[in-house]
Amino acid sequence: MSSQEKLLEIKNLKQHFKVGKSTVKAVDGLTFDIYKGETFGLVGESGCGKSTTGRTIIRLYDATDGEVRFNGEDVHGKKSAKELKKFNQKMQMIFQDPYASLNPRMTVSDIIAEGIDIHGLATSKKARMDKVVELLETVGLNKEHANRYPHEFSGGQRQRIGIARALAVDPEFIIADEPISALDVSIQAQVVNLMKKLQREKGLTYLFIAHDLSMVKYISDRIGVMYRGQIVELAESEELYRNPLHPYTQSLLSAIPLPDPEYERSRRRKIYDPEKHLPKNGEERILREVMEGHWIACTEEEYQKYQVTV
Amino acid sequence: MEKILEVNNLHVSFDTFAGEVQAVRGVNFHLNKGETLAIVGESGSGKSVTSKAVMRLIPNPPGRIKEGEIKFGDRDLAQLSEKEMQKIRGSEISMIFQDPMTSLNPTMTIGKQIMEGLVKHQNMSKSEAKERAIELLKLVGIPNAEGRVNEFPHQFSGGMRQRVVIAIALACNPRVLIADEPTTALDVTIQAQILELLNDLQEKMGTSIIFITHDLGVVANIADRVAVMYAGKIVETGTVDEIFYNPQHPYTWGLLGSMPSLDSTDEELIAIPGSPPDLLDPPKGDAFAPRNPYAMKIDTEMEPPLFKISDTHYAATWLLHEKAPKVEPPAAIKKRMQGMAPSEPIIGAKDGGKNV
Repeated sequence: MSSQEKLLEIKNLKQHFKVGKSTVKAVDGLTFDIYKGETFGLVGESGCGKSTTGRTIIRLYDATDGEVRFNGEDVHGKKSAKELKKFNQKMQMIFQDPYASLNPRMTVSDIIAEGIDIHGLATSKKARMDKVVELLETVGLNKEHANRYPHEFSGGQRQRIGIARALAVDPEFIIADEPISALDVSIQAQVVNLMKKLQREKGLTYLFIAHDLSMVKYISDRIGVMYRGQIVELAESEELYRNPLHPYTQSLLSAIPLPDPEYERSRRRKIYDPEKHLPKNGEERILREVMEGHWIACTEEEYQKYQVTV
Repeated sequence: MEKILEVNNLHVSFDTFAGEVQAVRGVNFHLNKGETLAIVGESGSGKSVTSKAVMRLIPNPPGRIKEGEIKFGDRDLAQLSEKEMQKIRGSEISMIFQDPMTSLNPTMTIGKQIMEGLVKHQNMSKSEAKERAIELLKLVGIPNAEGRVNEFPHQFSGGMRQRVVIAIALACNPRVLIADEPTTALDVTIQAQILELLNDLQEKMGTSIIFITHDLGVVANIADRVAVMYAGKIVETGTVDEIFYNPQHPYTWGLLGSMPSLDSTDEELIAIPGSPPDLLDPPKGDAFAPRNPYAMKIDTEMEPPLFKISDTHYAATWLLHEKAPKVEPPAAIKKRMQGMAPSEPIIGAKDGGKNV
C-alpha cells in the first residue's frame, strides 16, 4: 500500500470552535494520507469530529491549524478565486441528508448542472442537457427525471441525484459524509453498490465518513477510527477488524450487533473507560506504526508492548 | 404459552387529499408473555403505524382503524373509548419512542415527568412517587439518581435521556412495552447499553416487549420472535433462529442480503431493486412482486396466503406452494441456512430461539 501514490496528505489538521469563552477542539491534530483510487473510511461516534474533518478538508471550514495537500498542492494556503475554483472542481462532497441537501426550488437538471455552469464545462444548451442525461443514467435514473423537482423523489433517488451532482464536474476525490445513514437498508445497498461501481469505472478516490461500522468495513480499503478529535487507530479494513489493538476500537467493534442470533448470544461487549486509559506521566499519545500499515495512538512504552504482541 | 396481546386482521388507513393510504392492510400477530417480538421493515412498511394503533395513538382524522381487533386480556382495544384507553396507556401498555430529544418535556424536571404516571395511575402521593422515581432512575442505571431527579432533560446526554424515557415507560410496571426504534438515534456503544438494559429489565420484571426496528443486528440481539413487514402486511414470521437461519420469503432474503457481514468477502451486496409500492394504490397480487427476482405469474394476480413452515414459522410467498418450482436462494442466504443446519433440509421445522 505504501508504494501507492498519495492523493491527499493531511498533516496535523486542527479545527477548533469558539463556544462562548471556551474552545471546542473538534479536530485536534489529524495526520493521515489518502491514496489514489482507494476508499478511506473514517469512523467514530457522534461528536468525535469525523464530519468536521471532512468539511475542513474541503474548506467548508477554514482550518485552525495544519495542512491539507491535494496532489501535492496546499489546499488551505491563501488562494485566488481562480485557483480555488480549480480545486473545487477536483473535490466534491455527498451529504448525509438527501432531503436537506437539494434545493427544493430547482429542477433536477439545474441541480446537477450547477457545477457544469460554474466551471463552464458545457459549450451549448444541448451539450449541457446531454451531460445531465448521461449523469442521470450513470446513477440509475433516466432522462424523464431531469425536469422534475426533488420532492418528487424518494430518499434513495435523491441520494442518487446528489451523487450525480458530485460527478458532474469530473472530480477526482469525493467526500461522502454519512451518505447512506438516512436511507433504508435495502436502499443503502443500492447506493453503496453504485458508489463502488463508479469508483471502478472512473477511478475515484473516496473519503467515506460513517458510524455504521459494518458498511464502512465493506466499502473501505483502509479505515481510521476517530475518538475525541483524534485518530486512535488506522489500518487496512480487514486488519482492523481482525486485529483491533486500541482499546477504543475494540470496544467499538464489540458493540456492533450483527444479524446472527448465535453470535449475538455469545457476544461480550468490551467497555472503554478513558479514565482508566490515561497515559502514564501525562505523556502524549501519538500515532505510531506498530506493523506495516497498522497505526495506533500510543506512548513510547505502549509502542514497545504492541511490538512484542504483534 | 400465554398470549398477552393478539392482533387480528388489523387495517389502518389515512384519508389524504390524494385518497386513502392503506398503511396497514390486514395484520395478524400475537405477543406471548415475557417475550420480545421484533417487527422489522423499511420506512413506510406500516410497522410504526401498527404499534401506534395498538396504543390507539393514530390521530383521527386523518387516520382510522378500519377493521380488526386488538385483544388485550378480555378487552378489544380497538373498541375502547378514549377515556378507557387512557387508563391503559402508560400503566398497562407503555411506549418508548425513537427520539429521546423530543419525547421528553424540556420544561419539566425528569423527576416530575416520571412521577406523572405514578400519581395518575397508581394514586401515589407526591413523596411516594418521588421515591419511586429515584428507584426507577437507579434501575435504569443513572448514577447519582437522588441529585439528577431534579434536573431537566437538556442536562442529560442522548443515551441518558433514553434511559429516562425507559424509566417513565416502566414506572407503572406495564405488562407490555412497545419500543419504536428506541436505539436508532444513538451511537453503537450507547445502543449496546440500552439493549443490555432492556434485556436485563425484561428478565427482572417479565415485561413483554414489541420492538420495532429496521436494524437486523439489533433484532438478532434482542428478539425471541420476528415479524417481517412489507407494504402494510406481515410477510414472514418466525422465531429469531427461523428468520435468520431459514428465511423463506424473498423479501427477507433481500433484507438479510443487503447487510454486509463483518466476515464478508468482497462480494456485491444484494440490493433490493426499486422502491416500496405506493399504498395509495396497492398493487394487485403480491405487493413485493415488482421488486422480486423470483416473482411468478401468479404473484401479479393473487395475493399469497401465509404458508406454514413450522408451528412458529409462516411466510406469505407463492414459492412455498407445492406446485411452485424449487428456487435457489441467493448464495449469502444459502450460507446462512447451511451454516446453521448442515444436515437438515432447507425447508423444515427447527426448534427455535431461547424462550420459545
